[in-house]
Amino acid sequence: MRIGVLAVQGAFIEHIQMISNISESYDEEIECFEIRQAKDLQNIDGLILPGGESTVQGKLIKDLGMFDSLHKMIQDGLPTLATCAGVILLARDIENDATHHLSTLPVTIKRNAYGRQLGSYMTNASVGDIKDYPLVFIRAPYITDVDSDVKVLTKVDSNIVAVEYNNQIGLSFHPEMTKDDRIHRYFIDKIISTKK
Amino acid sequence: MSQTQIELNRGLAQMLKGGVIMDVTTPEQAKIAEAAGACAVMALERIPADIRAAGGVSRMSDPKMIKGIQDAVSIPVMAKCRIGHFVEAQILQAIEIDYIDESEVLSPADDIYHINKNEFKVPFVCGARDLGEALRRINEGATMIRTKGEPGTGDVVQAVRHMRKMNSEIRKVVSMREDELFEEAKQLQVPYELVKYVHENGKLPVVNFAAGGVATPADAALMMQLGAEGVFVGSGIFKSGDPAKRAAAIVQAVTNYTDAKLIAELSEDLGEAMVGINPSEIKIIMEERGK
Repeated sequence: MRIGVLAVQGAFIEHIQMISNISESYDEEIECFEIRQAKDLQNIDGLILPGGESTVQGKLIKDLGMFDSLHKMIQDGLPTLATCAGVILLARDIENDATHHLSTLPVTIKRNAYGRQLGSYMTNASVGDIKDYPLVFIRAPYITDVDSDVKVLTKVDSNIVAVEYNNQIGLSFHPEMTKDDRIHRYFIDKIISTKK
Repeated sequence: MSQTQIELNRGLAQMLKGGVIMDVTTPEQAKIAEAAGACAVMALERIPADIRAAGGVSRMSDPKMIKGIQDAVSIPVMAKCRIGHFVEAQILQAIEIDYIDESEVLSPADDIYHINKNEFKVPFVCGARDLGEALRRINEGATMIRTKGEPGTGDVVQAVRHMRKMNSEIRKVVSMREDELFEEAKQLQVPYELVKYVHENGKLPVVNFAAGGVATPADAALMMQLGAEGVFVGSGIFKSGDPAKRAAAIVQAVTNYTDAKLIAELSEDLGEAMVGINPSEIKIIMEERGK
Protein backbone atom coordinates (compact mmCIF):
# COMPACT_ATOMS: atom_id res chain seq x y z
CA MET A 1 0.00 0.00 0.00
CA ARG A 2 1.32 3.45 -0.92
CA ILE A 3 0.05 6.54 0.89
CA GLY A 4 1.05 9.90 -0.56
CA VAL A 5 1.14 13.04 1.59
CA LEU A 6 0.87 16.37 -0.19
CA ALA A 7 4.17 18.01 0.80
CA VAL A 8 4.11 21.42 -0.87
CA GLN A 9 3.80 23.30 2.45
CA GLY A 10 2.68 22.69 6.02
CA ALA A 11 2.72 19.89 8.58
CA PHE A 12 3.18 16.91 6.28
CA ILE A 13 6.08 15.30 8.19
CA GLU A 14 3.81 14.76 11.22
CA HIS A 15 1.42 12.66 9.09
CA ILE A 16 4.29 10.63 7.65
CA GLN A 17 5.63 9.95 11.14
CA MET A 18 2.20 8.91 12.37
CA ILE A 19 1.72 6.48 9.46
CA SER A 20 5.21 5.03 9.81
CA ASN A 21 4.69 4.54 13.57
CA ILE A 22 1.59 2.42 13.02
CA SER A 23 2.56 0.71 9.76
CA GLU A 24 4.35 -2.17 11.51
CA SER A 25 1.12 -3.39 13.05
CA TYR A 26 -0.35 -4.15 9.59
CA ASP A 27 0.35 -7.32 7.62
CA GLU A 28 0.54 -5.38 4.39
CA GLU A 29 3.63 -3.26 3.80
CA ILE A 30 2.74 0.44 4.00
CA GLU A 31 4.89 2.97 2.22
CA CYS A 32 4.28 6.64 2.98
CA PHE A 33 5.83 9.21 0.63
CA GLU A 34 5.91 12.96 -0.09
CA ILE A 35 4.11 14.49 -3.07
CA ARG A 36 5.96 17.62 -4.18
CA GLN A 37 5.47 17.53 -7.96
CA ALA A 38 3.14 16.00 -10.57
CA LYS A 39 5.57 13.14 -11.19
CA ASP A 40 5.05 11.95 -7.60
CA LEU A 41 1.36 11.24 -8.26
CA GLN A 42 1.81 7.63 -9.36
CA ASN A 43 0.89 4.25 -7.85
CA ILE A 44 -1.03 5.80 -5.03
CA ASP A 45 -3.62 4.03 -2.87
CA GLY A 46 -4.37 6.79 -0.37
CA LEU A 47 -3.87 10.55 -0.19
CA ILE A 48 -3.35 12.81 2.82
CA LEU A 49 -3.85 16.58 2.51
CA PRO A 50 -2.12 18.07 5.59
CA GLY A 51 -2.53 21.25 7.58
CA GLY A 52 -0.72 24.41 6.59
CA GLU A 53 -1.90 27.49 4.72
CA SER A 54 -4.61 26.67 2.19
CA THR A 55 -3.82 29.76 0.08
CA VAL A 56 -0.23 28.55 -0.33
CA GLN A 57 -1.09 24.90 -0.93
CA GLY A 58 -3.90 25.79 -3.36
CA LYS A 59 -1.57 27.99 -5.38
CA LEU A 60 1.29 25.50 -5.41
CA ILE A 61 -0.79 22.52 -6.59
CA LYS A 62 -1.70 24.68 -9.60
CA ASP A 63 1.76 26.18 -10.17
CA LEU A 64 3.39 22.77 -9.92
CA GLY A 65 0.93 21.19 -12.37
CA MET A 66 -0.81 18.83 -9.93
CA PHE A 67 -4.31 20.26 -9.81
CA ASP A 68 -5.97 18.28 -12.63
CA SER A 69 -4.48 14.92 -11.62
CA LEU A 70 -5.34 15.40 -7.96
CA HIS A 71 -8.87 16.46 -8.82
CA LYS A 72 -9.44 13.46 -11.07
CA MET A 73 -7.93 10.96 -8.63
CA ILE A 74 -10.11 12.14 -5.74
CA GLN A 75 -13.18 12.35 -7.97
CA ASP A 76 -12.48 8.75 -9.13
CA GLY A 77 -12.55 7.48 -5.54
CA LEU A 78 -8.99 7.69 -4.17
CA PRO A 79 -9.29 7.45 -0.35
CA THR A 80 -8.39 10.92 0.96
CA LEU A 81 -7.79 12.19 4.49
CA ALA A 82 -7.78 15.99 4.72
CA THR A 83 -6.91 17.97 7.84
CA CYS A 84 -7.44 21.70 8.43
CA ALA A 85 -6.03 23.43 5.32
CA GLY A 86 -6.54 20.15 3.48
CA VAL A 87 -10.30 20.19 3.97
CA ILE A 88 -10.37 23.80 2.70
CA LEU A 89 -8.75 22.48 -0.49
CA LEU A 90 -11.49 19.84 -0.80
CA ALA A 91 -14.49 22.03 0.04
CA ARG A 92 -16.86 22.93 -2.78
CA ASP A 93 -17.47 26.40 -1.34
CA ILE A 94 -15.52 28.68 0.98
CA GLU A 95 -17.84 30.98 2.90
CA ASN A 96 -15.66 34.04 3.31
CA ASP A 97 -13.64 33.63 0.14
CA ALA A 98 -14.47 33.46 -3.59
CA THR A 99 -11.58 31.05 -4.18
CA HIS A 100 -12.26 27.45 -5.21
CA HIS A 101 -9.70 24.73 -4.96
CA LEU A 102 -10.38 21.03 -5.68
CA SER A 103 -14.10 21.35 -4.83
CA THR A 104 -14.67 17.58 -4.54
CA LEU A 105 -16.36 17.67 -1.11
CA PRO A 106 -19.94 19.04 -1.18
CA VAL A 107 -19.68 21.27 1.88
CA THR A 108 -19.34 24.97 2.64
CA ILE A 109 -16.41 25.84 4.88
CA LYS A 110 -15.49 28.95 6.81
CA ARG A 111 -11.78 29.76 7.02
CA ASN A 112 -10.23 31.04 10.28
CA ALA A 113 -13.65 30.40 11.77
CA TYR A 114 -12.40 30.78 15.34
CA GLY A 115 -10.47 33.96 14.59
CA ARG A 116 -6.75 34.50 14.95
CA GLN A 117 -4.19 32.41 16.86
CA LEU A 118 -5.62 33.50 20.23
CA GLY A 119 -8.80 31.63 19.22
CA SER A 120 -6.94 28.32 18.76
CA TYR A 121 -7.95 25.63 21.27
CA MET A 122 -8.07 21.96 22.24
CA THR A 123 -11.00 19.82 23.30
CA ASN A 124 -12.20 16.20 23.26
CA ALA A 125 -15.11 14.69 21.33
CA SER A 126 -16.21 11.62 19.42
CA VAL A 127 -15.24 11.38 15.76
CA GLY A 128 -17.83 9.02 14.29
CA ASP A 129 -17.38 5.77 16.24
CA ILE A 130 -14.04 6.88 17.71
CA LYS A 131 -14.83 7.98 21.27
CA ASP A 132 -13.11 10.69 23.29
CA TYR A 133 -10.66 11.82 20.61
CA PRO A 134 -8.34 14.82 21.30
CA LEU A 135 -9.15 17.66 18.88
CA VAL A 136 -6.47 20.29 18.20
CA PHE A 137 -7.74 23.40 16.43
CA ILE A 138 -5.12 25.86 15.11
CA ARG A 139 -6.55 28.90 13.28
CA ALA A 140 -9.03 26.28 12.20
CA PRO A 141 -11.96 26.34 9.79
CA TYR A 142 -15.34 24.77 10.45
CA ILE A 143 -18.05 23.54 8.11
CA THR A 144 -21.21 25.63 7.91
CA ASP A 145 -23.25 23.59 5.45
CA VAL A 146 -23.23 20.07 3.99
CA ASP A 147 -25.15 18.26 1.27
CA SER A 148 -27.59 15.66 2.59
CA ASP A 149 -25.39 12.71 1.59
CA VAL A 150 -22.40 13.96 3.60
CA LYS A 151 -21.97 12.12 6.93
CA VAL A 152 -21.25 14.44 9.84
CA LEU A 153 -18.75 12.77 12.20
CA THR A 154 -18.24 15.49 14.82
CA LYS A 155 -19.80 18.72 15.96
CA VAL A 156 -18.28 21.07 18.55
CA ASP A 157 -20.61 23.77 19.91
CA SER A 158 -23.03 22.92 17.06
CA ASN A 159 -20.34 23.59 14.44
CA ILE A 160 -19.37 20.74 12.09
CA VAL A 161 -15.68 19.90 12.37
CA ALA A 162 -15.48 16.39 10.85
CA VAL A 163 -17.23 14.83 7.84
CA GLU A 164 -17.03 11.77 5.65
CA TYR A 165 -18.27 11.66 2.07
CA ASN A 166 -17.63 8.45 0.13
CA ASN A 167 -13.84 8.29 -0.22
CA GLN A 168 -13.13 11.62 1.50
CA ILE A 169 -12.61 12.31 5.21
CA GLY A 170 -12.45 16.00 6.09
CA LEU A 171 -11.33 17.23 9.54
CA SER A 172 -10.87 20.82 10.65
CA PHE A 173 -8.55 19.69 13.46
CA HIS A 174 -5.13 18.01 13.54
CA PRO A 175 -4.97 14.27 14.40
CA GLU A 176 -1.30 14.32 13.32
CA MET A 177 -0.50 16.68 16.22
CA THR A 178 -1.70 14.18 18.82
CA LYS A 179 -0.37 10.85 20.04
CA ASP A 180 -3.73 9.22 19.25
CA ASP A 181 -3.43 7.16 16.05
CA ARG A 182 -7.04 5.97 15.80
CA ILE A 183 -8.03 8.30 12.93
CA HIS A 184 -5.00 7.31 10.85
CA ARG A 185 -5.83 3.65 11.53
CA TYR A 186 -9.42 4.29 10.43
CA PHE A 187 -8.07 5.82 7.23
CA ILE A 188 -5.75 2.86 6.55
CA ASP A 189 -8.70 0.49 7.08
CA LYS A 190 -10.66 2.55 4.59
CA ILE A 191 -7.87 2.19 2.03
CA ILE A 192 -7.76 -1.59 2.63
CA SER A 193 -11.53 -1.94 2.15
CA THR A 194 -11.38 0.22 -0.99
CA LYS A 195 -8.67 -1.99 -2.51
CA LYS A 196 -10.84 -5.08 -1.99
CA MET B 1 1.44 30.10 29.13
CA SER B 2 -0.33 26.79 29.84
CA GLN B 3 1.02 23.54 28.42
CA THR B 4 -1.98 23.47 26.07
CA GLN B 5 -1.17 26.97 24.83
CA ILE B 6 2.49 26.02 24.29
CA GLU B 7 1.38 23.08 22.16
CA LEU B 8 -1.04 25.25 20.15
CA ASN B 9 1.64 27.90 19.62
CA ARG B 10 4.30 25.39 18.64
CA GLY B 11 1.63 23.84 16.44
CA LEU B 12 1.01 27.05 14.51
CA ALA B 13 4.74 27.21 13.71
CA GLN B 14 4.51 23.60 12.49
CA MET B 15 1.75 24.67 10.10
CA LEU B 16 4.06 27.34 8.63
CA LYS B 17 6.78 24.80 7.80
CA GLY B 18 7.89 24.53 4.21
CA GLY B 19 6.68 28.07 3.71
CA VAL B 20 7.97 31.59 3.20
CA ILE B 21 7.22 34.42 5.63
CA MET B 22 7.55 37.81 3.95
CA ASP B 23 8.18 41.30 5.35
CA VAL B 24 5.53 43.79 4.23
CA THR B 25 5.00 47.46 5.04
CA THR B 26 1.56 48.15 3.49
CA PRO B 27 -1.73 46.28 2.94
CA GLU B 28 -0.96 46.32 -0.80
CA GLN B 29 2.36 44.58 -0.26
CA ALA B 30 0.64 42.11 2.07
CA LYS B 31 -1.84 41.21 -0.70
CA ILE B 32 1.00 40.77 -3.20
CA ALA B 33 2.78 38.50 -0.73
CA GLU B 34 -0.34 36.43 -0.03
CA ALA B 35 -1.09 36.05 -3.74
CA ALA B 36 2.51 34.99 -4.36
CA GLY B 37 2.16 32.19 -1.81
CA ALA B 38 3.50 33.60 1.47
CA CYS B 39 2.45 31.37 4.40
CA ALA B 40 2.48 34.43 6.71
CA VAL B 41 3.50 38.07 6.58
CA MET B 42 5.57 40.17 8.96
CA ALA B 43 3.99 43.62 9.30
CA LEU B 44 6.52 46.37 9.89
CA GLU B 45 6.86 50.04 9.11
CA ARG B 46 10.24 49.80 7.52
CA ILE B 47 11.97 46.74 6.13
CA PRO B 48 15.38 46.02 7.67
CA ALA B 49 17.36 47.52 4.76
CA ASP B 50 15.58 50.84 5.34
CA ILE B 51 15.93 50.62 9.12
CA ARG B 52 19.63 50.20 8.54
CA ALA B 53 19.74 53.15 6.13
CA ALA B 54 17.69 55.40 8.40
CA GLY B 55 19.67 54.67 11.56
CA GLY B 56 18.39 55.98 14.90
CA VAL B 57 16.05 54.06 17.18
CA SER B 58 13.61 51.64 15.56
CA ARG B 59 10.51 50.58 17.48
CA MET B 60 7.34 48.50 17.19
CA SER B 61 5.16 49.58 14.25
CA ASP B 62 2.00 51.68 14.58
CA PRO B 63 -0.83 49.32 15.64
CA LYS B 64 -3.12 50.97 13.08
CA MET B 65 -0.71 50.06 10.31
CA ILE B 66 -0.55 46.46 11.59
CA LYS B 67 -4.37 46.25 11.79
CA GLY B 68 -4.58 47.45 8.19
CA ILE B 69 -2.46 44.49 7.17
CA GLN B 70 -4.48 42.08 9.36
CA ASP B 71 -7.61 43.22 7.53
CA ALA B 72 -6.01 42.86 4.09
CA VAL B 73 -5.01 39.17 4.27
CA SER B 74 -6.32 35.83 5.58
CA ILE B 75 -2.90 34.29 6.34
CA PRO B 76 -1.23 34.72 9.76
CA VAL B 77 0.19 38.17 10.50
CA MET B 78 3.32 38.59 12.60
CA ALA B 79 4.84 41.79 13.99
CA LYS B 80 8.06 42.74 15.72
CA CYS B 81 8.66 44.14 19.17
CA ARG B 82 11.96 45.27 20.64
CA ILE B 83 14.05 42.79 22.63
CA GLY B 84 12.94 43.03 26.25
CA HIS B 85 10.06 45.45 25.54
CA PHE B 86 7.25 43.50 27.15
CA VAL B 87 4.77 46.37 26.85
CA GLU B 88 5.16 46.46 23.08
CA ALA B 89 4.46 42.72 23.26
CA GLN B 90 1.38 43.31 25.41
CA ILE B 91 0.12 45.79 22.78
CA LEU B 92 0.67 43.30 19.97
CA GLN B 93 -1.17 40.63 21.97
CA ALA B 94 -4.03 43.09 22.55
CA ILE B 95 -4.51 43.57 18.80
CA GLU B 96 -4.47 39.75 18.39
CA ILE B 97 -1.33 39.39 16.34
CA ASP B 98 -0.74 35.76 15.35
CA TYR B 99 2.99 35.69 16.20
CA ILE B 100 5.33 38.20 17.86
CA ASP B 101 8.93 38.43 16.67
CA GLU B 102 11.07 39.65 19.57
CA SER B 103 13.57 40.97 17.11
CA GLU B 104 17.14 42.19 17.00
CA VAL B 105 16.17 44.15 13.86
CA LEU B 106 14.63 46.77 16.14
CA SER B 107 16.68 48.65 18.73
CA PRO B 108 16.85 46.58 21.95
CA ALA B 109 14.83 48.04 24.81
CA ASP B 110 16.69 45.99 27.41
CA ASP B 111 20.37 45.09 27.16
CA ILE B 112 20.18 42.26 29.69
CA TYR B 113 16.75 40.64 29.84
CA HIS B 114 14.53 39.19 27.14
CA ILE B 115 10.76 39.17 27.52
CA ASN B 116 9.37 36.43 29.77
CA LYS B 117 7.36 34.97 26.94
CA ASN B 118 5.89 32.29 29.21
CA GLU B 119 3.59 34.98 30.62
CA PHE B 120 1.89 35.56 27.28
CA LYS B 121 -0.81 33.64 25.46
CA VAL B 122 0.27 34.82 22.01
CA PRO B 123 3.22 32.93 20.45
CA PHE B 124 6.75 34.31 20.01
CA VAL B 125 9.51 33.67 17.49
CA CYS B 126 13.07 34.67 18.41
CA GLY B 127 16.38 34.80 16.58
CA ALA B 128 19.33 32.60 17.54
CA ARG B 129 22.89 32.24 16.32
CA ASP B 130 23.65 28.95 18.03
CA LEU B 131 22.12 26.18 20.09
CA GLY B 132 22.61 27.96 23.42
CA GLU B 133 20.75 31.08 22.28
CA ALA B 134 17.96 28.97 20.78
CA LEU B 135 17.42 26.93 23.97
CA ARG B 136 17.57 30.04 26.18
CA ARG B 137 14.83 31.64 24.08
CA ILE B 138 12.77 28.43 24.19
CA ASN B 139 13.16 28.33 27.98
CA GLU B 140 11.81 31.90 28.09
CA GLY B 141 8.75 30.70 26.15
CA ALA B 142 9.60 31.13 22.44
CA THR B 143 7.64 28.58 20.38
CA MET B 144 9.54 29.12 17.13
CA ILE B 145 13.20 29.91 16.39
CA ARG B 146 14.86 31.51 13.38
CA THR B 147 18.47 32.24 12.56
CA LYS B 148 19.45 35.84 13.11
CA GLY B 149 21.42 36.25 9.93
CA GLU B 150 22.35 39.86 9.36
CA PRO B 151 19.06 41.56 8.43
CA GLY B 152 18.74 44.06 5.64
CA THR B 153 22.03 43.19 3.97
CA GLY B 154 20.88 40.85 1.21
CA ASP B 155 23.91 38.78 2.21
CA VAL B 156 23.09 35.22 3.26
CA VAL B 157 26.48 34.47 4.84
CA GLN B 158 25.41 35.01 8.46
CA ALA B 159 22.24 32.94 8.15
CA VAL B 160 24.35 30.13 6.70
CA ARG B 161 26.84 30.44 9.54
CA HIS B 162 24.10 30.37 12.21
CA MET B 163 22.24 27.44 10.67
CA ARG B 164 25.44 25.41 10.27
CA LYS B 165 26.55 26.19 13.80
CA MET B 166 23.17 25.31 15.32
CA ASN B 167 22.96 22.01 13.45
CA SER B 168 26.54 20.99 14.17
CA GLU B 169 25.95 21.70 17.87
CA ILE B 170 22.77 19.61 17.75
CA ARG B 171 24.70 16.73 16.16
CA LYS B 172 27.32 17.04 18.89
CA VAL B 173 24.69 16.85 21.65
CA VAL B 174 23.08 13.83 19.98
CA SER B 175 26.42 11.97 19.95
CA MET B 176 27.21 12.64 23.61
CA ARG B 177 27.07 10.11 26.42
CA GLU B 178 24.20 10.80 28.79
CA ASP B 179 26.52 11.72 31.65
CA GLU B 180 28.10 14.42 29.48
CA LEU B 181 24.80 16.26 29.02
CA PHE B 182 24.97 17.91 32.47
CA GLU B 183 28.24 19.64 31.64
CA GLU B 184 26.92 20.55 28.17
CA ALA B 185 23.89 22.22 29.78
CA LYS B 186 26.28 24.22 31.94
CA GLN B 187 28.39 25.25 28.94
CA LEU B 188 25.33 26.25 26.89
CA GLN B 189 23.81 28.05 29.93
CA VAL B 190 20.49 26.27 29.47
CA PRO B 191 18.36 23.82 31.52
CA TYR B 192 19.39 20.17 31.44
CA GLU B 193 15.89 19.08 30.30
CA LEU B 194 16.21 21.01 27.03
CA VAL B 195 19.65 19.54 26.32
CA LYS B 196 18.24 16.10 27.04
CA TYR B 197 15.38 16.74 24.58
CA VAL B 198 17.88 17.65 21.85
CA HIS B 199 20.00 14.59 22.71
CA GLU B 200 17.01 12.28 22.36
CA ASN B 201 15.28 13.88 19.38
CA GLY B 202 18.14 15.32 17.31
CA LYS B 203 16.30 18.58 16.85
CA LEU B 204 15.03 21.63 18.69
CA PRO B 205 11.68 21.18 20.46
CA VAL B 206 10.27 23.92 18.18
CA VAL B 207 10.34 24.74 14.47
CA ASN B 208 13.51 26.42 13.17
CA PHE B 209 13.36 28.83 10.19
CA ALA B 210 16.11 30.66 8.33
CA ALA B 211 16.17 34.45 8.33
CA GLY B 212 18.50 37.25 7.38
CA GLY B 213 19.86 38.09 3.95
CA VAL B 214 17.78 35.65 1.84
CA ALA B 215 17.37 37.37 -1.56
CA THR B 216 17.04 34.71 -4.28
CA PRO B 217 15.33 31.32 -4.85
CA ALA B 218 18.81 29.78 -4.62
CA ASP B 219 19.43 31.43 -1.23
CA ALA B 220 16.13 30.03 0.07
CA ALA B 221 16.86 26.53 -1.26
CA LEU B 222 20.37 26.71 0.24
CA MET B 223 18.92 27.40 3.69
CA MET B 224 16.41 24.54 3.28
CA GLN B 225 19.17 22.11 2.24
CA LEU B 226 21.14 23.21 5.30
CA GLY B 227 18.21 22.13 7.48
CA ALA B 228 15.88 25.15 7.78
CA GLU B 229 12.21 24.18 8.06
CA GLY B 230 11.07 27.35 6.25
CA VAL B 231 12.34 30.80 5.35
CA PHE B 232 11.78 34.42 6.32
CA VAL B 233 12.43 36.87 3.50
CA GLY B 234 12.72 40.47 4.62
CA SER B 235 14.15 43.14 2.40
CA GLY B 236 14.87 40.66 -0.41
CA ILE B 237 11.42 40.82 -2.00
CA PHE B 238 10.18 44.39 -1.90
CA LYS B 239 13.68 45.79 -2.47
CA SER B 240 13.91 43.92 -5.78
CA GLY B 241 12.83 44.76 -9.32
CA ASP B 242 9.77 42.48 -9.62
CA PRO B 243 8.52 41.63 -6.09
CA ALA B 244 5.52 39.44 -7.09
CA LYS B 245 7.56 37.26 -9.44
CA ARG B 246 10.51 36.95 -7.07
CA ALA B 247 8.22 36.13 -4.15
CA ALA B 248 6.43 33.36 -6.09
CA ALA B 249 9.76 31.94 -7.28
CA ILE B 250 11.13 31.80 -3.73
CA VAL B 251 7.94 30.02 -2.54
CA GLN B 252 8.31 27.30 -5.18
CA ALA B 253 12.04 26.98 -4.52
CA VAL B 254 11.32 26.31 -0.83
CA THR B 255 8.85 23.53 -1.72
CA ASN B 256 11.21 21.87 -4.20
CA TYR B 257 14.51 22.84 -2.65
CA THR B 258 16.43 19.85 -3.96
CA ASP B 259 15.26 20.12 -7.58
CA ALA B 260 18.07 22.16 -9.18
CA LYS B 261 16.49 22.02 -12.63
CA LEU B 262 13.28 23.60 -11.34
CA ILE B 263 15.18 26.22 -9.31
CA ALA B 264 17.14 27.08 -12.47
CA GLU B 265 13.86 27.79 -14.26
CA LEU B 266 12.55 29.76 -11.29
CA SER B 267 15.70 31.88 -11.22
CA GLU B 268 15.27 33.14 -14.81
CA ASP B 269 14.25 36.72 -15.53
CA LEU B 270 13.53 37.76 -11.97
CA GLY B 271 14.72 41.28 -12.60
CA GLU B 272 17.17 42.96 -10.33
CA ALA B 273 17.87 41.45 -6.91
CA MET B 274 18.32 43.81 -3.99
CA VAL B 275 21.73 45.40 -4.27
CA GLY B 276 22.80 44.27 -0.83
CA ILE B 277 25.64 45.32 1.37
CA ASN B 278 28.49 43.31 2.71
CA PRO B 279 28.31 42.84 6.50
CA SER B 280 31.96 43.88 6.80
CA GLU B 281 31.00 47.26 5.35
CA ILE B 282 28.25 48.03 7.84
CA LYS B 283 28.35 49.74 11.20
CA ILE B 284 25.36 48.25 13.05
CA ILE B 285 25.74 44.53 13.65
CA MET B 286 22.20 43.45 14.52
CA GLU B 287 23.04 39.83 15.23
CA GLU B 288 25.04 40.91 18.30
CA ARG B 289 21.81 42.16 19.89
CA GLY B 290 20.30 39.90 22.57
CA LYS B 291 22.26 36.82 23.57
